[in-house]
Amino acid sequence: MTSPFPAGSSSNSIRDLIRHNQNQKTFRKTLETYIPRFLFLLASLSVFTTVGILIILMTETIEFFKAVPIIEFFTGTVLKPLSQTPEYGILPLVMGTLVSSGIAILVAGPIGLMAAIYLSEYASKRVRSILKPSLELLAGVPTIVYGFFAFTFVTPLLRQWIPSLEATNILSPGLVMGVMIIPMIASLSEDAMRSVPEAMREGSAALGATKLETAVKVVVPAALSGIIASFVLGISRALGETMIVAIASGSSKNFTFDITESMQTMTAYIVEVTSGDAAAGSTVYYSLYAVAMTLFATTLLMNLLAGKIARKFREVY
Amino acid sequence: MLHTRQPSSPSRIRYRLLADRSAKILFGAAALFGILIMGILLVRITSEGLNWLSLDFLTGRFSTSPEKAGIMGAVLGTFWLLAVVVPVTMVVGIGSAVYLELYSKSGRIRTFIQTNIGNLAGVPSIVYGILGLTVFVRALGFGSVVLAGGLTLSLLILPIVIVAAQEALRSVPSQLGDASYALGGSKWQTIQSVILPVALPAILTGAILALSRAIGETAPLVVLGIPALLIPFPGGILDRFTVLPMQIYYWTLDAALVADYAHLAAAASIVLLISLFILNGSAIYLRNKYSMKA
Repeated sequence: MTSPFPAGSSSNSIRDLIRHNQNQKTFRKTLETYIPRFLFLLASLSVFTTVGILIILMTETIEFFKAVPIIEFFTGTVLKPLSQTPEYGILPLVMGTLVSSGIAILVAGPIGLMAAIYLSEYASKRVRSILKPSLELLAGVPTIVYGFFAFTFVTPLLRQWIPSLEATNILSPGLVMGVMIIPMIASLSEDAMRSVPEAMREGSAALGATKLETAVKVVVPAALSGIIASFVLGISRALGETMIVAIASGSSKNFTFDITESMQTMTAYIVEVTSGDAAAGSTVYYSLYAVAMTLFATTLLMNLLAGKIARKFREVY
Repeated sequence: MLHTRQPSSPSRIRYRLLADRSAKILFGAAALFGILIMGILLVRITSEGLNWLSLDFLTGRFSTSPEKAGIMGAVLGTFWLLAVVVPVTMVVGIGSAVYLELYSKSGRIRTFIQTNIGNLAGVPSIVYGILGLTVFVRALGFGSVVLAGGLTLSLLILPIVIVAAQEALRSVPSQLGDASYALGGSKWQTIQSVILPVALPAILTGAILALSRAIGETAPLVVLGIPALLIPFPGGILDRFTVLPMQIYYWTLDAALVADYAHLAAAASIVLLISLFILNGSAIYLRNKYSMKA
């Protein structure tokens, strides 16, 4: 045991000790008061981020609508920002975004759902413990690598079957985006299906149903809210995906349904404008924010919707 | 007759069992499909880039002639980027999680912050790029330097870190905290010396996954105006920098014109993928090991 008194204690050492203790206590007390406040500041940083995004997008978008009528922006089918007589219709970008996301969900929806059924209903514990992490690794592949893959491999491959396919087109990035969001849909749907209680499966099996019948008629309907939410989140992810489309879908602002043609998405337009060094203050520069605002609002709505579906239809077992 | 169909004729049972078995194969194939595509992707990238992967490539500077081009600048850029992202996300991420899990009373403010974090996680990364461009690059006048890129990517991955840290804190048994209180520990003492150390492995797992996301991000950096070619190497957080995804992006764009650029992009992709697989693999391994104990 060391002495509780400070070294070289004199006659007034007890008083020193008390003062020392009191100082310690006040220090502790201050710490206990200020640390929660500091942590609260850190936690509110996320709120500031949202507010920051909103203020920036809104103020610059308002600047844009001073130059371009809001009606023209949302109903125009021609986007020619750099032409002598510039036109700012967002619909070609909306079309490109919807078509590529549509292709992606057509690929990822069924495959992701089937993979989820396999993982949750059929796979043995061991198979599952290998398959699931492998799928998660797939989710870790950077989108730039997917973009490279789409542009240098998938497009040339598809062109062997579809000769009319352009070098940049919306089909190939759509397919690759589908592969990209398979793990997300599979994993979220599987979570929803695994939370269906075992008793419901046992009841179904007791009536003589096969695993397939149990999965299709009992488990999937019971987990439907979670499955739909995973689809909505997958689409939202595809809407916001940038690098795959920026590389493989080209920059033609086509207003068409033809998936063999080059189309531009909202995200790819943002990349094009920011890489082109549009002079700050020009209408092209502000159009960047109007497009970003549209993208932000759309994905935010989708995410809120997914949350709402997951909450509203969550079965109470 | 109530039933219109014989439920148990032998042929029908045989059909149902066959359907079940076929479904198992089909669904199993679907589960393997993604992995198969990843296999094709890996084989393709390896065959394109492996011959170009040399020590000179790893240590070389960016060059316009493909034979001389290297990625050292991008590797250093990633290092400096992490020097910003790691401290910022760890302090803000863990701090926010501690506040939300251990200090905030369940009420409106907490729900509000929590919903907000959930929604931020779904904001497309390119929107963060626009935030970074407007605030860090232009308004604060940093320019396209490491600090601007690091702060932008930190904001991008913060929701992931916070949610992971919250789950980690929630999984700490409450008895541990109670024991500390019983010994007279104050709230912050308990958090600092009991709860945080126990939750740390799980927090780190989430943080590693988030960091690997930051290392692979391209879209926000394109928007920030991060260059692909970099002659002087970055030496600090106020220097201009580049990272591997940016080099892959520019090499891919030029691959249609100069075939060798495709090889460079593939070789750089191999380096990026190996680093990310090591990071993600170790995080998944850590998590499995940790969740088995709990």
